[in-house]
Formats: sequence, C-alpha cells, structure tokens
Amino acid sequence: MIKKLRLYRHYISIVVRGMMQYKVSFFLTSLGQFLVSFNVFLGIYFLFQRFHQVKGYSYSEVLLCYAVVLMEFSLAEMWARGFDTFSGIVRNGEFDRVLVRPQGEILQVLGSRFELTRLGRMFQAVVMLIYAIATAQIRWTAGRVITLVFMMAGGMAVFAGLFLVYAALCFFTLDGLEFMNVLTDGAREYGKYPLDIYGKRVLRFATFIVPYSLIQYYPLQYILGHVSSPVYIFLPLLAILFLLPCYGLWRFGVRHYKSSGS
Amino acid sequence: MITMENVCKSYRIAKRSGGFHEAVKALFHREYEEIHALRDVSFTISDGEMVGYIGPNGAGKSSTIKILSGILTPDSGSCLIDGRVPWKDRIEHVRRIGVVFGQRSQLWWDVPVIDSFELLKDIYTIPDQVYRSNLDELTELLNLGELLRTPARQLSLGQRMRCEIAGSLLHSPRILFLDEPTIGLDAVSKLAVRDFIKKQNEIHGTTVILTTHDMQDIEALTKRIILIGKGRILMDGTLEDICRGGENIDEEIAQLYRDYEI
Amino acid sequence: MKKYISFFRLRFSMGLQYRAAAAAGVVTQFFWGGMEILVYRAFYEADAAAFPMSFEAVVTYIWLQQAFLAVFGAWIIESEIFDAIRNGNVAYELCRPIGIYQMWFSRSVANRVSKALLRCVPILGVAALLPAPYGLRLPASPLHGALFLLTLLLGLLVIVAFTMLVYIATFYTLSPDGVRIFFVSAVDFFAGAVIPLPFFPDKLRFILELLPFAAMQNVPLRIYSGSMTGEEMLRAICLQAFWLAVLVGVGLGLCRRAERKVLVQGG
Repeated sequence: MIKKLRLYRHYISIVVRGMMQYKVSFFLTSLGQFLVSFNVFLGIYFLFQRFHQVKGYSYSEVLLCYAVVLMEFSLAEMWARGFDTFSGIVRNGEFDRVLVRPQGEILQVLGSRFELTRLGRMFQAVVMLIYAIATAQIRWTAGRVITLVFMMAGGMAVFAGLFLVYAALCFFTLDGLEFMNVLTDGAREYGKYPLDIYGKRVLRFATFIVPYSLIQYYPLQYILGHVSSPVYIFLPLLAILFLLPCYGLWRFGVRHYKSSGS
Repeated sequence: MITMENVCKSYRIAKRSGGFHEAVKALFHREYEEIHALRDVSFTISDGEMVGYIGPNGAGKSSTIKILSGILTPDSGSCLIDGRVPWKDRIEHVRRIGVVFGQRSQLWWDVPVIDSFELLKDIYTIPDQVYRSNLDELTELLNLGELLRTPARQLSLGQRMRCEIAGSLLHSPRILFLDEPTIGLDAVSKLAVRDFIKKQNEIHGTTVILTTHDMQDIEALTKRIILIGKGRILMDGTLEDICRGGENIDEEIAQLYRDYEI
Repeated sequence: MKKYISFFRLRFSMGLQYRAAAAAGVVTQFFWGGMEILVYRAFYEADAAAFPMSFEAVVTYIWLQQAFLAVFGAWIIESEIFDAIRNGNVAYELCRPIGIYQMWFSRSVANRVSKALLRCVPILGVAALLPAPYGLRLPASPLHGALFLLTLLLGLLVIVAFTMLVYIATFYTLSPDGVRIFFVSAVDFFAGAVIPLPFFPDKLRFILELLPFAAMQNVPLRIYSGSMTGEEMLRAICLQAFWLAVLVGVGLGLCRRAERKVLVQGG
C-alpha cells in the first residue's frame, strides 16, 4: 500500500512538472476556474441582497453549503481527473498502454492526470468557507467539525465515483455521454443550495439514486443545529459505499474492453 | 516460449448507415456486422527467436499482438507464454514483456526522458542495480547521452523512437513486441534501430516479434516470417521461402498478397 | 452570399452527424432549466413581493435561455480561428477574395445558428407542454413575438461582433487565452446568464442595461417573457442597434489594421 502511494506520488510529480512547462496557461486556466465560481458566488450574493433568506437558510449558511460542495468537487476533480477525461484516454489508445504495464488500471489512470488548476476553484471555496464560518453563528463543537471533515471525504468519494461511472461508460460508447454532466457539473452547480429547497422529489433522488444528500443536506442539518442525533455525523461516510457499485461497473467495463478491444 | 493454438477472435461492429430514418431505427434495433479478425491462428515461437509478422492492414496483426500482450481476450483457442495465459495473469505477464507501438508514445511528453525512465523504474519495480546497468547499456548502444535530458516533445521522431525502445527494455523483458518501429524514420535512424534490435537479441537472447510494412526491416532482422491475411495464417517460413529467389522483396510480397487475394 | 449559405449548410449537416451528442445535450439542458426554475421557486416562496419579474416570466426566460444556449453562450469560440491567427495560417485566409472580418463573422453566426437549431426545437416543444406555472408561455402579444425575433437576431449579431473583438485581440496580445477567459466570465455574468438582470441590485442594473452585454440575451428573452414593455423595449432595441454598430465598426477598424500588420510583417 505504501509502495502504491509512493508510486502514485511519483506519477503526480511528473504530471505537475510537465504542467509547469506551461506556466502562463496554468495560471490562466486556474484564474478561469476561479472566475467561473466567483460568478456563481456573485449570483448568490445578489439574490440574497434581495431576498435575505431561502427556505429558512441565511446567506452565510448557503455560502457554507456552497463552499463545502465546491471543495468536495474540486478535490475530486483534481485527483480523479483521469476518469473525468477518460474518453480521450480510450480514444487515443492510452488505455492499451495502461494494460501492458504491471500495475493496477485504476492507479495508472489516477496517475495519468492531476488537475492542479482546480486550485482556482478551491481558493474561492476556502474564502467562502472562512467567511461562512465567521458569520454563520454556528457553535463549532467537536462533532460539527468532524462532520465537516467527513463531508469532504464523503463528497470526494461520491464525485470520484461519478467520474468512475463516466469512465466505465466510455468503454461502451463515446457518443452522448454529455448527460453525465448533469450528475457531476449539475450537482456542483445546484449543490450550492441545500437540497431541500428543490423540493421532496429532488431530495429523494439525491438520497436513493446518487447519495448527494448524505454529503450535503443531512450533515448540514446537524452542523446548523436543526437536528441533534449524532448519527448525522457519520452519514457522509456512508456515502463512500457509493464507490462499490461504481467500481463494479468499472470492472465490467474493463472486461468489455478486453473482449472487444476498442 | 510462445504457443498459440486455434485462436479465434471476432468483433461485432454496429452497422451505421446514413439518413435520419436509419438513425432512428438504429435506436431500437441495431444491426451488427461480424468481423472475423482471427480464424484458427496457431504458431509456436521459441525463446530467442526473431519473427517478422506481416500482412496487409486489417489482416489481424494488431489483434494478435494485443492477445499476446494481454490486452485482448480471444473468443476461443489457447495461448501460453512462458507458462502463463496473458489475459488471465495480466500483471505477472506484462512484467516480462516490452511493447513498442510505433505510432504512440509511452514517454511523458513534457518532462525530460530520464524522468520518464525513473517513473518506469518504479512502475516495473526494477531493482536499482538492474536499472543502472540496463540504463548504462541502453544509453551507450542507442547513443542516448544528451537526449535523456531533453523533454520528449522536443525530440525528432528518430531520437524519440530510440528512447521509446530503451524505455521498453529497462525492465529486461524476455519478449519484445515491436509494432512498426521504423515507421516514418529517416534512413540513419532506421539503420540504428535495426542494428540495435539485432544486438539486443544476440546479447540478451530477447525474443522479438516485429510487425512492419517495411520489408527491409524483415530482411535485416528476421529469418522467420509469419504471413497473415484475412485472419488466417497463410505462411510460416523463412525469407527464402517467400522470395523464391526473386530480386526485389517488396515486389515478391506484393505478388504474395495478390496470390492469396488479401 | 452563396458562400455563406453553403458554409452554413456544411456546418448544419456536420451538427446532424452527432445526433447522440445533440440528444444528450437536450437532456442536459432540460435538466439545467428545471433545476434553475426550482431555485427561483424557492426564492419566490421566500419573498414573492421582492420578485422583480412575475414567476411565469422567469420560467419562460429560463426555458428560452436553455433553448438558445448555443446562440448566446459566451464560451462558444471558434478555436479554428484562434489557431489560424496563432500559427500564421491567417496569411492564407487573407489571400481569399473575401474580407476576413466578414468571413469570420458569418462563420460564427452559422456555427451558433446551426447548433441552436438542432437543440432549441425539442426543448421549446417539451417546455411548452409543461403545466403552468412551470411551462413556457406564449409571448405576451403578437408584437412581442415579432420583436422577440427581431431582437434575437440583433442579440446574436451583437454577441458575434463581441467575440470578433476577442479574435482580433489575438493579433495584438501575447496571451489570447487570458483575454478569452475574462471575456467569457464577464459576458456570462453581465449579460444575465447567471441570474437575469432584473435580479441585480437596482443601481447596478441601471448601469448594466446600458452596456453591450445587456444587448445580447437580456433583450429578446425579456421581451418574449413580457418583463419589458412599451418604451423600455424601444430603448433596448435602439441600444442593441447602437452597440452592434459600435462593435462592428471597432472590429472592422482593428481588423484592417491587423491585416496590414500581418501583410507587412509577414505573419
């Protein structure tokens, strides 16, 4: 395990060094990432100038929610970018190369990309998080801090799982996978508000189909003091189980690739 | 020792036809076309042999190489390489082979070649001592010297191919697959590559399987030639068998393709 | 003119090739629109009095926005044009018997229209069938409908004229990517793609409505949904025409200068 981690680190150091050959491009892409999420933030800001609250959530509370989701997503995108760009890896035959090397496929795909430019988005997330923590008048008990940390872990797992699903589908078709954006980019965009503002049906979908609510709505209720049962602290960890069916689909995809060769 | 017995492989390819009407029909009912890439392919290659594997495009060359390198699972038949089934023991198998795809790079594009090699060392878990001596030998024989410090993207095609070949031999593979290694190279590089492959086989007894369209490669390197067309092995013999005393090897091969109607 | 039409047809049939992608795009945009509407429903429930447009108008605005995303999307940039300028192939284009500005302009228009045509029909069709208040309404009056079509066209020309400046900036700057990134996020925000302009604070909105950004999707979408009336419409249309003239004028001027520069320096 330690060996695998060391190998992964070696992969990443090469990818990052390669990226630093194009410093201007790196800087501008990071800036672009920042500006896009900054726009979303401004949208929230202006809406709250007008409305002051939504479904009982204050401005600071919504920012906390958005900051956490943005962080979860950017982190997942940063290290699981290989799966997010997998159509290219399949199309240009890079996956054949993966198969002729004596390491696991997942480790190699993870090692093939590392999207450091997502720091731009993370910067936005960190600023909002600090602001929200300072102004939301939450009493930060140990349980609440742990919940926040678990949310990050669970959120990364859910988004990484979705990227894995996308990659697995690439083995079968490269056409029309744009709809997966709904589940990834869509969740990042609309995860900025606590899920219950969208109504019961969306919340149900986000609990039983893809467990977004476990990394956003439910633990948030605990942090904001709307519920007190400590079970909520651990709900985000439950979301990590989502990786299992995703992994199953991936294995199935790899098997299909090896029997169809394309 | 490589044995392939009665290996068959066919693909189903979805038929595509133009027109909106056809596209809608295809949504509900897809027609498939069966392509027989390999029909009953059998051969044996002993340790230390150099074999040229030739045939026109689409004859089944790359399917064979993919099966031998563990990327592709055949429909039926058996394949044993040094006692292992390539697609079942993928990781153990690929540790002992080297693969060069002439058209694709295995080097990391933006970092100096030596950095790619260092990473390959970790991927293949090559012991320090073995790595050092292999690298020294390869550097000398392929005249890599300065190239090692250069990012791969700045190398000429010939320089890059020398680095590619070195990269696939760092882990002392027993078998080397070369898929069109001289494609697009200038005369000097071609000679250097051929010369090196020959030496590698002589010094280390590496088994070499070479696919190419360049008959000078075959002439310079291999005694044995396997000719495949339409998925069948048509001929397995020596260069002399094929040339039948003719003067120009390219013409002889072209005549052979015509004879077999491939 | 024939040249432009044949170019448009080529683009359109190319778009048709990727039917699966278009279908997936429609599904994605439908979802996007639906979620956006749910956001505004929540804010409407929070404080209906603070709503600057009627809820139905917002819903209609959002569906139109999704349907015509390819017309107004700021990120739709022709990378071929960028590449042509960067690698010097632009010299070849200068040899053709057609003005470079006109050629790129019509090319961008064709690209946007062909993309949008494929996607807008299913989105508008389904959105119109949704029950009130979540469905797409008809325009407030036949006049509104006619003015919608007029301002849609003007808005398209304004955004293309704006992107032309981005291409031309490539001649003058070392980092066109930087220009593009700022351009995309500025247009996205100030044109009303993130939130419709009426939701901005009033003072800011007053200034924004005078800027070229407001002459893009803001005008046609608000005229159709009925959140602009009478004099307001007239003023907006005049502003659209004004900005179109300014942007094209500046673009043409800069383009001529750049052409001369390329000819003198040889690329």
